[in-house]
Amino acid sequence: MDKTLAIEMVGITKTFGTKVIANKNVNFDLREGEILSLLGENGSGKTTLMNMIAGIYTPDSGKIYVRGEEVVIKSPIDAFDHHIGMIHQHFKLVDLFTAADNIILGERIHYQDDNTEDAAKQNAFARFFVHLGEHLKFSWLRRNRAKDLQAIVDQYGFGIDLSRKIYDMSVSEKQTVEIIKVLYRGADILILDEPTAVLTPQEIDKLFAVLRKMRDEGKSIIIITHKLNEVMAISDRVAVLRKGEHIATVETATTNEKELTDMMVGQKIDLNIDRELPVNPKPRLFIKDMTVVNKEGRTMVDHVSFEINGGEILGVAGISGNGQKELLEGIAGLQPMAEGEIIFHNPKEDKPVTLYHHDVKKIRDMAAEGYFHYPNGVKVDLKGKTNKEIVQLVKDEQIIFYEDEIINLKDKTPREIQELGIKLSFVPEDRLNMGLVGSMSIVDNMMLRSYRKGKGIFLNRKRPKKLANDIIEDLEVVTPSDQTPVRRLSGGNVQKVLVGREISSSPKVLMTAYPVRGLDINSSYTIYNLLNLQKAKSVAVLYVGEDLDVLLALCDRILVLCGGRVSGVVDARNITKEEIGFLMTKVPDEVELYRYKPLEETKEDTDDDE
Amino acid sequence: MMSNKHVKEPLMHLTRRLNVSKKYAWAIRIGAFVLSILVCCIVSCILSPRVNFGFFFKYLFNGAFGTTNLVMALFREMAVILLLALAVTPCFQMRYWNIGGEGQTMMGAFGCALIVAYTAGKMPAWGTILLSFAVGVAFATVWAVIPALFKAKWNTNETLLTLMFNYIAVCLGAFLIKKVAPIGTGILNFSTGTLAAAGVNDFLIIFLIAVLFTVLMFVYMRYSKHGYEVMVVGESPNTARYIGINTKKVIIRTLVLCGVMCGVVGFLLVSVKDASFLSDNVMQSTVAGRGFTAVLISWLAHFNPWAMALTAFLVVFITRGANNVGNYARLGNSYASMMVGIFFFFIIATEFFINFKINFRSREEVTREPDDLADSEPIEAKQEEGDDND
Repeated sequence: MDKTLAIEMVGITKTFGTKVIANKNVNFDLREGEILSLLGENGSGKTTLMNMIAGIYTPDSGKIYVRGEEVVIKSPIDAFDHHIGMIHQHFKLVDLFTAADNIILGERIHYQDDNTEDAAKQNAFARFFVHLGEHLKFSWLRRNRAKDLQAIVDQYGFGIDLSRKIYDMSVSEKQTVEIIKVLYRGADILILDEPTAVLTPQEIDKLFAVLRKMRDEGKSIIIITHKLNEVMAISDRVAVLRKGEHIATVETATTNEKELTDMMVGQKIDLNIDRELPVNPKPRLFIKDMTVVNKEGRTMVDHVSFEINGGEILGVAGISGNGQKELLEGIAGLQPMAEGEIIFHNPKEDKPVTLYHHDVKKIRDMAAEGYFHYPNGVKVDLKGKTNKEIVQLVKDEQIIFYEDEIINLKDKTPREIQELGIKLSFVPEDRLNMGLVGSMSIVDNMMLRSYRKGKGIFLNRKRPKKLANDIIEDLEVVTPSDQTPVRRLSGGNVQKVLVGREISSSPKVLMTAYPVRGLDINSSYTIYNLLNLQKAKSVAVLYVGEDLDVLLALCDRILVLCGGRVSGVVDARNITKEEIGFLMTKVPDEVELYRYKPLEETKEDTDDDE
Repeated sequence: MMSNKHVKEPLMHLTRRLNVSKKYAWAIRIGAFVLSILVCCIVSCILSPRVNFGFFFKYLFNGAFGTTNLVMALFREMAVILLLALAVTPCFQMRYWNIGGEGQTMMGAFGCALIVAYTAGKMPAWGTILLSFAVGVAFATVWAVIPALFKAKWNTNETLLTLMFNYIAVCLGAFLIKKVAPIGTGILNFSTGTLAAAGVNDFLIIFLIAVLFTVLMFVYMRYSKHGYEVMVVGESPNTARYIGINTKKVIIRTLVLCGVMCGVVGFLLVSVKDASFLSDNVMQSTVAGRGFTAVLISWLAHFNPWAMALTAFLVVFITRGANNVGNYARLGNSYASMMVGIFFFFIIATEFFINFKINFRSREEVTREPDDLADSEPIEAKQEEGDDND
C-alpha cells in the first residue's frame, strides 16, 4: 500500500434538515491510479459524498485532503483547480452547441496560446483584436477549435466526432463528451455517477475499456454504482456505503458478490418476492399495432401488439428511453397514437348494467344489439317500454350483460376514459411532475381524480380526507399531518401516497412505471405487496421496471422493448437475466410471444422462482 | 496534514428554510416594514434640509389620515388597487403571467365612457349606468381573453402579449376620446349617466365591492372546483393532463373572470367620483399605473386575498403620506415614487430572509444549527450560495 492517496476524506458529515443525514462521519480515501467503486443502495449517500468533492455541496463537518493537502472545495471551479472532475448522472451539456464548444465552455483562456500568437503575428488587424480581447478579458473562439480537441479524443480512442451538435448525439455519446470535457480541463481524479445506468451492455464494455486505459495512464477514478457485476468487473477496490455511513473499503480481488451484498444491505433480506400463479387470467386489454410518434417526430413506439390479462403482472423490460413511457402514456390517453387500437374488455359478464356510465338512450341501443339478458336468461327487449320503466329495471339490477363490455380506447382523452367507467390507474415515472401536485397537501392530492364528483361548484374534502388518513395509516406514510405538501415527503412516502390513491379506486388495469425507483428496500417491498394484492383481485397489472432481478421475481410475463419495438413476450418463470438482457439490445428475427395456455399452466413447476 | 497555507473557509453558506413558522415570517415582514419607513425617513432627511424626523412622520401621517376625507380617499384608493390585485390573482395561480390588468381596466373604463358619452341624457340615468357597466365589462373581458386565446391555441408568451396590450389599450383610448370630443383636453367629463351623478356614495360602493370580491375570491380559490383546477394547471400542467383537465378551457375561463373584474374596476373608475379628480371623468391615464401596482401586490401577498388587502393598504398609505411630505418639503413629484420604491425593495427582500437561512461558520468549531425540516432542495440552495460566497 505504498501508493499515495489522491483524495482522503475524514469525518465527513452532511445533513439536509434535521431528519435527513446523507453522510455521517464518513472516512474515505482514493489512491493514485486506481479505480474505486463506490457501492451502495439508492439513497445511501454516494452521490452526496461525491458532490462534496466536486464542489456542489459543502460538508457540515469533516476535512478533505487532496494529494495530502487540506482543501476547501467551494465550487466546481475549485474542484477543477484541484484537478477533480465529475461526470454527473444527468448530463450538463448545452444541446445547441457542438461537442467541442461544450468542452471548452467555461474554460479559462490562456493568451499565451501559440496558435493565437502565430495568427496575431500574421497581421496587425488580428493582433489588434487579440490584444483588445486580452484587455477586455474577452476572447475569440478559434474557427478550428474542434480540430485541436480531437487530439485528446484520439489519445483515448473515443470514436466521436466533436463537430457534431449535442442534440444529435445518443446518450452514450453525450457521456463520452462529458468525460472528454473533464479530461480536457486536466482532471486526473474522475468521478462518474452511475455511468452505466443509461448504457447498453456493449456500451458499458466500451466505457470500461476507456476507464482502464485512463487508469493505466495514472488517473484515479471513482465510479458510483449499485450494480455488483460491474463492481467486480472494473474496480480495484470497493467502498461500501450504507445509510450514509461508510461500512468498509475492500480489495475487489479478495471479496465476492455475496459479501458485498451483505455489507450493502446490512442484514440478510429475503429477496424472494411472493409470487402466486395467475388465477384464471382473462384478457383485459389488447394493444394492437400501437405506434406513437413524439413531438420531435421520432417513432417511440413502433407497431407494438400485446395483451394484458386480469390477474397477472406483466413486466415491461427495456433500457430506459426505449418507448416504455410513451407506451404507458399512449394507453392512458396522454399521448396521441399515430396508429393502432386499444381494446378494453370491461369485466361485466353476468353483472347488471348501471346508470352511472350509461344513459337510458345508450342502454336502449345496446339492448337492441342484444347485449343484455334478464336474470332468468331471457334476452332483454326494451321496445315499447318507457324511460321510467327502464330506469326502474336498471335500479332493480334486472338488466344484465351477456358478455364483457368491449370498448375501444383509441383517441380517448383521460377524462373520456374515466367517464366511460373504465377504471384505469396509472402511476407515472416522475411522480411529482405527473400524478401529484407537489405543493398541494396529501388531502388535496387525494381528490385529483375524484374532485369532479358531486354536484355544485364547491369541493367536498370529506372523502379525500378519510382516504388520505386511511392511506397514511395502512401504508405507514411518514408525514407530520395530512395537510403536509407532498413535495416535503421523502420519495418512498410520495410513492405510497400516489400508489395508494391509484389503487383506492379499485382499478381494472393498473399501470406502474418504475414504482420503486429511489425507494429503500422496505418501501419497495410495500409496493411489491400492493401490486401482488391487486393481482389477486384479478387486476391487470403492468409493471415497468429497470431491475431485472425484480422483474424476474415479481412478474408473470415480461414484455421486452427495444427501440420501441417488441422484442419478445416471455414467461418470467422460465427465463434468465442474460436472455432478457439480450432481447433488450436486439430484436430477434423471430419474436417470441408467450401466452397462457389455460390448461397447461397449472402443471407448471412453481419452484423456479428466483 | 495541515499545510501552513491559509485555507479559505466559506464565510457563510445558505440553507433553505422549509417549515417556516408563521410567527417568524410575520415578524420579519413587520420588521421590514418598520425598517423601510425608517430608511425612507433617513433618505428624506438627507435630501432636504427642511425635513427632520418629526417633520417626516407628522406629514406622512397627516397625508394619509389627516382628515376624514383623506382617510376615505385612502380606503377608496386601496379598494381599487385591491380589486385589481384580486383580478389578476387567479391568473397568477395558474402561472399565467397576466400583466395586462392595466390595459384591461383601461378598456373597461373606455367602454363604459363611450356609452355614457353617447347615451347620457337620451335614456334614463339608470339605463345608462347599467348599459355602461355591461359594455365596460365586455370590453375588458375581450381584452383579457384575446391573449388567453393565443396562449391556449398557439402557446404564445402571455407576458409579452398582455404587456403590449396595455399600450394598445391606452392609445386606443386616446383615439376614442378624440373621436367623441375632437376639441378638448383629452378628458371627458360627465355630468349625467354615472353613479356619481345619480348620487351614489362613492366611498361606500367601492369599499363594499372590494370587501365582497375579497371574500368571494378567497372562497373561489380555496373551496371551489374551479379554483382547484386553476391550482392544478398552474402547479403541474402534466398532472392536469393526467387527470383530464381541459387546460385551454381553464385558461380561458380564468381570464374571463379576470376580465370581468377588471371591467368592474374600469366602470368604477369612470362612473364613480375619482379620488384625485373629484369628478367623474375619463382620460388616457385613468388607470394611472394601478394595474401594475396590483400585479406586485398580488405577488407579494402570495396570492392570499387578506394579505393583499394589507399590502394594498400599506402601499397606498406610503404613497399618499409621502406625497404629502414631498409637497411640504418641496421635493418634487418623483419623491413619492422613490419612497414606494424603497418600501417595495424591503418587502421583496423579506422573501429572501424568510426562505433562506444564513449560516456563519467559525474557523474553530463547526457548530451547526440544524434548520427546520428535512429533505431540502439542496441544489437550488447551493446555486444561491455560490453567488454569495464572493
